[in-house]
Amino acid sequence: MRVFDPHIHMTSRTTDDYRRMAAAGVRSVVEPAFWLGQPRTNPGSFGDYFDSLLGWEPYRASQYGVRHHATLALNPKEANDPRCKGVLDLLPRYLEKDGVVAVGEIGYDSMTPAEDEAFAAQLDLAREFGLPALVHTPHRDKAAGTRRTLDVVAASGIEPGRVAVDHLNEVTVAVVKDSGCWTGFSIYPETKMSPPRMVAILQEYGIERVLVNSAADWGHSDPLLTVATGEAMLDAGFSADDVDKVLWRNPIEFYAQSGRLDLSELPEPEATFAGSSVKRGGS
Amino acid sequence: MTPETLRTLLGGVPENGWFAEAEARVRADPDAIGQLFARAGRMLGRRPLPDHPSWTAGQAGRVLLLLALTGEPLEGRAPEGAASTVTVRGRVAELYWRGDPAERLAVLHALEHLGLGEAGVPLIEDALRTNDKRLVAAALGPCAALLDDAVWRQGVVKCVFMEVPLSVVDRLGERADQPLAEMLGGLARERAAAGRRMPGDALALLNRQSLAKGWKAKEG
Repeated sequence: MRVFDPHIHMTSRTTDDYRRMAAAGVRSVVEPAFWLGQPRTNPGSFGDYFDSLLGWEPYRASQYGVRHHATLALNPKEANDPRCKGVLDLLPRYLEKDGVVAVGEIGYDSMTPAEDEAFAAQLDLAREFGLPALVHTPHRDKAAGTRRTLDVVAASGIEPGRVAVDHLNEVTVAVVKDSGCWTGFSIYPETKMSPPRMVAILQEYGIERVLVNSAADWGHSDPLLTVATGEAMLDAGFSADDVDKVLWRNPIEFYAQSGRLDLSELPEPEATFAGSSVKRGGS
Repeated sequence: MTPETLRTLLGGVPENGWFAEAEARVRADPDAIGQLFARAGRMLGRRPLPDHPSWTAGQAGRVLLLLALTGEPLEGRAPEGAASTVTVRGRVAELYWRGDPAERLAVLHALEHLGLGEAGVPLIEDALRTNDKRLVAAALGPCAALLDDAVWRQGVVKCVFMEVPLSVVDRLGERADQPLAEMLGGLARERAAAGRRMPGDALALLNRQSLAKGWKAKEG
């Protein structure tokens, strides 16, 4: 099984995790910029964080044979602190970097006016820099938050196929699928989504435009739950090719839309997805 | 790697047209380098070049874009103290501090041709403080001529710790001195006490320095 985890916060994980992930088949990861648990109080702090996501962390991953890319943004939670607003001015310089494959995580936390503003501005940046967008949906009031998210995405004019709406569940999957956006699921030990529930959703909604991630971070989470989901799919009768599509080809297809995904040190994928953009810059 | 060689390497890649346009833009408007410098990696290619596996077309292009800032791409040196150099110094430092590792690497590779003098030192010293083998190795390349001996020796010993081959160190044979030999000797004793080996190249350097010392003592 080869696995591309499209959403994992490796900065918070240990080298033991990298070792276990590589051994289990995780060959490539995307790390979205997000809240670190401790609020930041100035844009410089974000600049250092972005540098780390493009510098030290990919290097650390490479020591274990894992490819690391990042998505950068001002996250919705910290968008509420006026001291962090300057991050939006910092982003254009960073969104040009090779290692950036999307704008994210953007979206809503508490659905405040400040979040509205940061979300819309960053969808515009995604269009301007030719990047897809990774959108977080709120923990609280998730159904309403997801609908409002889709309204903002539609209003921005970004193509739905270039947007992944993440942390979905049984209640929010249908509306996102209907919108044409990618559906993202974070498999957690207890909350959000479990491997058996994920399998049931795949059985009902199919395996197109689905991203399965561990979203592992500094909280109670497990970077091997992507692999566990693949195993649960096989146990439920999905084919090895279906698992490969969900856990490998789909995330590549989504992020390859950036034209920057570089998997050159990894074995060539077998399928013919997104052809030129996967290899772009590497040939 | 000389600018002429880099230019020849770039001449062989299909994206050379993009580079020619980017270079012309930087010459006409130095502010344009910010985005073009970042973009050069993926536009020109991020795979190792067949005959120069430690280089990519993207990195070659980045170095040449930096040289385009001086307005003298092949000679690459603005006169020491000239007004234009002040701008170039600031720009190059900004590109380093705001660069990702590949961009920083390109700055380090370009330093030897840019003639920025002391302004390059903080960048090289920063690279030596990282734990990224690529940056540490580049910092000990030709640009390390700007470093004072104490910093340079620390860099060499750091290579031994990080298992970076000492072949990356420019003018190692010429610059290695007795204080470096003493540092390596101390490390060798620590390693022996811990039951760990010294890398072969470090041992060879230590032996050469010890022999040289022996000869000097004999001659003296």
